[in-house]
Amino acid sequence: MSFWRMAVLVGVLYPMCSHGADAVRIAFIDPISGTFSATGTNTLHQFEFAAEELVNKKAGVLGGRRFEIVALDNKASPRESQIQLKRAIGEGIQIIAQGNSSAVANAVTDAVRKHNRRNPANRVLYLNYSAVDPALTNDKCHFWHFRFDAHAEIKMAALTDVIAKQENIEKIYIIGQDYSFGKAVAAAAVKFLGQKRPDMAILGNELHPIGRVKDFTPYVTKIQSSGAQAIITGNWGADMVGLGKAIVDAGMNVPIYTYYAAFDGVTATMGKAGKGKIRLVHEGHYNPVPTKRLRDYHSAFKAKYPDHDLSNQRVYNVIEILAKAIDKAGSSDPLPVARALEGIEHTTLGGERVFMRREDHQLFQPLQISVHTDEGIEFDGDNSGFGLRTEESVPLENTLVETTCKMTRPQS
Amino acid sequence: MAKVRGLLVWIASLAVLLLLPGLFDSVLSLSILNQMGITIIFALSYNMLLGQGGMLSFGHAVYFGLGGFMAVHSLNYIEAEVFSLPVILLPLIGGLFGLLFAVFIGSFSTRRAGTVFAMISLGIGEMIAACSLIFVGFFGGEEGISGDRTMAPEFFGFDFAQDLEVYYLIAGWVFVATLLMYLFSQTPAGRIANAVRDNPERAEFIGYSQRMVRFISFCGAGFFAGVAGGLFAINYEILTEENLNAITSGNVLLMTYIGGTGVFVGPIVGAVLLTLLQTVLSNYTELWQLYVGLLFVATVMFMPAGLTGVLMIHTVAWKNGRLRQLILPYITVGVPAFVLLCAIVGLLEMLQFYRHGVVGEHEMTLFFVSVDTSSVWPWIVTLLIAATAGYLVKALTPRLLSAWASANAPLERAKT
Amino acid sequence: MVEIVIFSTLNGLVTGLLLFMLASGLTLIFSMMGILNFAHASFYMLGAYFAYSVSLFLGFWPGLIVAPLLVGVLGALVERYGLRYVHKSGHVAELVFTFGLAFFIEELVQFAWGKETKNYQQPEILDFPLFTLFGQNFPAYKGFMIFISIAIFIGLYQVITRTRIGLIIQAAISHPNAVSSLGHNVPLIFMGAFGVGTALAGVAGVIAGPVLTTFPGMALVLGSIVFVIVVVGGLGSLTGALIASLLIGLLQSYAIALEFAVNDLLALFDISFDADHFLNDLWTLSLPQIAPVLPYLLLVLILIFRPTGLLGKRET
Repeated sequence: MSFWRMAVLVGVLYPMCSHGADAVRIAFIDPISGTFSATGTNTLHQFEFAAEELVNKKAGVLGGRRFEIVALDNKASPRESQIQLKRAIGEGIQIIAQGNSSAVANAVTDAVRKHNRRNPANRVLYLNYSAVDPALTNDKCHFWHFRFDAHAEIKMAALTDVIAKQENIEKIYIIGQDYSFGKAVAAAAVKFLGQKRPDMAILGNELHPIGRVKDFTPYVTKIQSSGAQAIITGNWGADMVGLGKAIVDAGMNVPIYTYYAAFDGVTATMGKAGKGKIRLVHEGHYNPVPTKRLRDYHSAFKAKYPDHDLSNQRVYNVIEILAKAIDKAGSSDPLPVARALEGIEHTTLGGERVFMRREDHQLFQPLQISVHTDEGIEFDGDNSGFGLRTEESVPLENTLVETTCKMTRPQS
Repeated sequence: MAKVRGLLVWIASLAVLLLLPGLFDSVLSLSILNQMGITIIFALSYNMLLGQGGMLSFGHAVYFGLGGFMAVHSLNYIEAEVFSLPVILLPLIGGLFGLLFAVFIGSFSTRRAGTVFAMISLGIGEMIAACSLIFVGFFGGEEGISGDRTMAPEFFGFDFAQDLEVYYLIAGWVFVATLLMYLFSQTPAGRIANAVRDNPERAEFIGYSQRMVRFISFCGAGFFAGVAGGLFAINYEILTEENLNAITSGNVLLMTYIGGTGVFVGPIVGAVLLTLLQTVLSNYTELWQLYVGLLFVATVMFMPAGLTGVLMIHTVAWKNGRLRQLILPYITVGVPAFVLLCAIVGLLEMLQFYRHGVVGEHEMTLFFVSVDTSSVWPWIVTLLIAATAGYLVKALTPRLLSAWASANAPLERAKT
Repeated sequence: MVEIVIFSTLNGLVTGLLLFMLASGLTLIFSMMGILNFAHASFYMLGAYFAYSVSLFLGFWPGLIVAPLLVGVLGALVERYGLRYVHKSGHVAELVFTFGLAFFIEELVQFAWGKETKNYQQPEILDFPLFTLFGQNFPAYKGFMIFISIAIFIGLYQVITRTRIGLIIQAAISHPNAVSSLGHNVPLIFMGAFGVGTALAGVAGVIAGPVLTTFPGMALVLGSIVFVIVVVGGLGSLTGALIASLLIGLLQSYAIALEFAVNDLLALFDISFDADHFLNDLWTLSLPQIAPVLPYLLLVLILIFRPTGLLGKRET
């Protein structure tokens, strides 16, 4: 009893937990609450799992240092991310991982650039694992930003290759979220379709507020009555769940070409109604699984987090490549690590070769186009029995695109 | 005498403001201090409405946000060399636009107080927040507007690249703004605002238009909210829709109310406390917002005068020289109450861990004790502690109340 | 065009009637007690979450009965032990209390159910298209939503206009003091009204949960729009609330469907602007964009020019 009271008093006077003294800490700044919490929480678990499984369970980095993921909730807001970034820097964290929403990424990359310029002694590294606004590795590129996901244009190039082959599709509708990413998707779709299928009519190019629309029925009514034969959307998280639900409810029966229409509730929502209709462009492999390493990794993840999915396969790339770069640099300080990351080559769990291009810090990797189905599924999504099965693969060579990035590199 | 003492208080607070970064010099504490400074001005400006004027606003963030947006646009204009202005004067721009907008909105919203005013403020708040996603040119849409404070001309060699420089800028503004708001509360206009709050009809009878009085308070509040917004723009260099939406408006109400609306320093206490909870407590527990919610509801129910209000009711006992009589009863009730609180927190944390923790992990650290949530013992022990402490609190409270009554009883001398 | 009109009307009806279910309870509370209950939408959220939990064990239908009852009891308790206690601290304190309660309930929901969206599904028995028009399905569940809302409106209307309790409620709305002096237990009536009002919000939550997704922010989304309806509809007027709800529901669905922009209007007069004009946002302003602003504009205008609301008898 008295021990408990003592403990209680001590506990209030002192912090309740302490950080491992020499762990390499990575701040994970993404939505853990709010509309997009499902996406953020799921990815957080993937980061924690990758750090544990791929680094800590092995020898760690630099001869025994662990990776520690520090989750900071940004509620998917650019402003809150800025506050959380300051906080991470204040706690001495040197590596920032962020991915959900390009609006946030634009704010974070800007803040990191400014911070590193003003505080050369106290720099941070920004690992962008998911924000795919092309500008981030083009006009807005800088030395401290590295992107591990193929950007919106690269993905759209792959998607439109598939769409262009569908002779029966003559009328298409584009709908997306009203911010830089949604606009980038729409612009890329218009550009590539104009080149590959000039005869295809784009009936609508609609942007809706991000995370605010709860009932997509009015939008679907509009799409349906326009007579579209296919839909392109870059929606993710709750916005994809909502759109999917409205499409299913309205009984619309057209193919949907997407970036993120799987997991975090989307797969369960689309279920049988979406079978064979949804195509999705992504990195990595869900089904079939190409290597034993990936299968073991995926099974171990599902064993530990039965209610979550390995939705972002790039996460394990981020952790493995970062560990590799830290070991190569012989230090976890941002500058040597960033130098080591430039041009780094890596073979993923799925056995694919990827590389981080030096010119713009964009990771290039093979892409897959998969279909939402329940046939031939080993690893499903949302425990629904449905999942993604690879239909086509785009080799790395076909994903290379030009960049307008003019990188200036710090001397010291 | 009182004047000298008042002056001393101001000098002391200025010294504290100047010395704080020496005590807390880490990057983290500096950024917390900066955030605190901004919130203090914002909360004080809110209290010009709620505490001094009796106007409950659900849209005060509008003036904060608009001031901030104007400041950040000004930063960009300065960078583009449209005009030039030292960063240190930027909050003034924010304040002026906050004022301008408050003049416009106040011209019709202050006609009435009470629910009508509250509803209009809510409507305006939601309207402006919705507009911010439409007028992308001004508000920047989802991404908001960013600026760079170091692009402004240097101010006596300071370019404000470092947080420490920004701290002194904010501290200076906190001092000036607090002083001005205090002086305002002492002017006839400020006094009459209190009168209108308490009894609008009487105020009318003695010749003051209640509408005009409310309007003046409203404009002042808008100005200082804009100043706080300008400081936000300097500190974070980004403004988004959230700076003017209902959540920011709600937060300022929350901290002002918890701190206490009846005392001038109330909002300062609230702002400091809430910022600390937000930045420090959130490091240790995911449930911090639940605790803030509990604190808020408990404040409204049991201490409607806020934390400082609770302190203020001790002045009678203090003047009577009987404050000492209360010390022992406070300790005897306070200790079990504190233990009860800790036990409740422990239970909540254990529940949270049990429900949302990772499969297969049962060990958690609670107040430095390692607890296995899969066993029943920690639950039983914590419940027992809570029950015992709860019983003690209940048993000892009457004594505290009687001590309170005797300490506050009028002095014999006063009767004669 | 015809199909857009038909489906937009239907969509607007569904949204509008759902809002009405929420607003009817709030109107009842507001007009009797003079309290704008900020936590009203939070009770709606609680309804959805309770029903979700019940549906995990017993299915959808028991949830439709149990959840609103739970919410109603909770609401009555809040009135009895919270609001009545705060009442002595004045009107502002009451408003702040309900505001704090809304904040607290949101945190409580996140604590009890987690932060993520819940997979609360509509019953399978209603998972079929009610009818198909122009190749577009109208889900049976939405038909069910419309049916329940209309049933509630008729039921409430009958109770208020035809029964003795209704008469007392009507009297309590317009002359609370007189009712009290006639020997009616006004505090008990208040508690009952609060319980029934929140239970109605609970029903709305149960029904809306599967459609508008069950997540911790669902109260915030609808919170302020319900105030708009109550104020616009007018104090104590059920019919006013119905009209305002439908107005806002239809406004929202039509605004998305019809893509008129300021540009189109200007084009009629042969005026056009460059895309880089600094007021470009203004010229390209379209109906879907300004739709979210309109309800609040309406609220402010009503408060300024007609504080009694559309059909209200007393001032707000």
